[in-house]
Amino acid sequence: MPDRLAVRKTYKLYVNGAFPRSESGRTYEVTDARGAFLANAAHASRKDARDAVVAARGAFGKWSRATAYNRGQVLYRVAEVMEGRHAQFCEEVAAGEGLSAGRARVVVDAAIDRWVWYAGWTDKLASVLGSANPVAGPFFDFSLPEPTGVVAVLAPQRSSLLGLVSVLAPVLAGGNTAVVVTSRERPLPAVTLGEVLATSDVPGGVVNLLTGDAAEIGPWLAEHDDVDAIDLTGAPAGRALELERLAAGSIKRVLRPPAEEPDWTADPGTGRMTRFLETKTVWHPKGV
Amino acid sequence: MTHVLDPGTLEAGTRPAPGSGAPFDDVTRSDAALRAFLHGLPGVDQVGAEQRAATLGTRSIKTTAKAWAIDTAISMVDLTTLEGADTPGKVRSLAAKARRPDPTDPAAPAVAAVCVYGDLAGVAVEALEGTGIHVAAVATAFPSGRASREVKLADVRDAVGNGADEIDMVIDRGAFLSGRYLEVFEEIVAVKEACGTAHLKVILETGELVTLDNARRASWLAMLAGADFIKTSTGKVSPAATLPVCLVMLEAVRDFRAATGTQVGVKPAGGIRTTKDAVKHLVMVNETVGADWLSPDWFRFGASSLLNDLLLQRQKLRTGHYSGPDHVSVD
Repeated sequence: MPDRLAVRKTYKLYVNGAFPRSESGRTYEVTDARGAFLANAAHASRKDARDAVVAARGAFGKWSRATAYNRGQVLYRVAEVMEGRHAQFCEEVAAGEGLSAGRARVVVDAAIDRWVWYAGWTDKLASVLGSANPVAGPFFDFSLPEPTGVVAVLAPQRSSLLGLVSVLAPVLAGGNTAVVVTSRERPLPAVTLGEVLATSDVPGGVVNLLTGDAAEIGPWLAEHDDVDAIDLTGAPAGRALELERLAAGSIKRVLRPPAEEPDWTADPGTGRMTRFLETKTVWHPKGV
Repeated sequence: MTHVLDPGTLEAGTRPAPGSGAPFDDVTRSDAALRAFLHGLPGVDQVGAEQRAATLGTRSIKTTAKAWAIDTAISMVDLTTLEGADTPGKVRSLAAKARRPDPTDPAAPAVAAVCVYGDLAGVAVEALEGTGIHVAAVATAFPSGRASREVKLADVRDAVGNGADEIDMVIDRGAFLSGRYLEVFEEIVAVKEACGTAHLKVILETGELVTLDNARRASWLAMLAGADFIKTSTGKVSPAATLPVCLVMLEAVRDFRAATGTQVGVKPAGGIRTTKDAVKHLVMVNETVGADWLSPDWFRFGASSLLNDLLLQRQKLRTGHYSGPDHVSVD
């Protein structure tokens, strides 16, 4: 049998449910942990970030108003489709992060499990975080969590799938929409996750994945007036403070990065979900 | 390539009588003469027009040129509300926005006009008194134009009586498409007369005229009948203002001025929602008819949501970071 000609891949962005090229036309080479060529990825520009924010804002109404039960079903379906791409994720994680096949499988399993875990949280948030408040007056008084809005996420630079899922899923579970800047050196699992999202039931625009440089796009997202919150987990070393200062201009919720990239296999807790939820309290007069 | 019509080159039958003042008086003498003239206009190369429009749309307008274009576009906006649910309150808030589009920046220019239904023109006039912002009213059974001539003229008189100083009329597309050109012509003439001193914008509704050839014919018909402006669409029919249609209409006003010395304005309306679209139109105006038309007196945008996008882009240029829809007023 003759040697097949290699089908080399040039991946695109995932914005508003479609796969556009970068507006700038730029791409960059993605290599594996040893420096061998893997694929070309789109190098997102600030205008791609702008378009992604518009898409995320447009999708926010529908996603945030969906019932918590429905959001959970949709997110669970994503996990199902991820399971179908299990082998592809393993291959990409192993190549990008330099892991053995066995270790990569453990990481991918953990990522899918984490997605399912967050999917389960959607209809429990209100019961756990909400409350019926005893007030000194004839009122029913309820507090309920509501999504913050459009959240910009600078995804972890090293953990390309488990880390990505661990920062993206909590944002979605609460009903926010996301603009994610992926790991620069290891974007392929994120690209595949985009393909998973496009073929599951997540409405277009709820998740927008930009492959490229967080140092370049981060500041534009941080000072964008229409971004309500920013997760700085994958911020370039030493730039987090500057990004937080830019974010202060529009009073964004900011999730500060840990000192160094955490062990993503640890129990995540609910902190990442609650950071991107607001509390709404309703006072209702009691009848006699 | 130019389509300038030299009256001297007209066929013998349609050549104006010696001593006639306006060069085209003769072509409106009869239905047959008018049809012969309109069908004698050079055909529009549709592929060429689309390509030309697409090429001009790729011009990159940045930094100071962009800032100029945004301010110019804002000053050309006919801020429009044409809904069944319009109320005096909504018109007043629209008028407030017209005077001061960006309350955070006094340097932002005011828009050219507010465009409303005739019965609300009085409210707009009151709210805009002393600002120099025009009040345009749609009339003649907008948007369909399906009413008897008496009703249409009464509609116009009513709007003018309410204080509108610009009238946006629709042509009778049914008559135009069935070839009764003189009927359309006479109607525009009658409406122009009913307008008195008010400026007359003639809406061709190019989405219903289907071809670019028809758009060119309707443009000439309207200009011959005395239109001060020709306007693409009502905004109620899709497709509305497209770049190729606008190109054809700009060529028509250019040729009309070359032939008669009379300058006519152009107003694309409907479907122009982004700053990028607006800038593309401005580029086309400059490249097709020149800087003479780059003023609110000769070029307008009929739009509602466009203004907010222009303001967002303006804020982006001013502050250096992206703004959001929470930072402009909701229409």
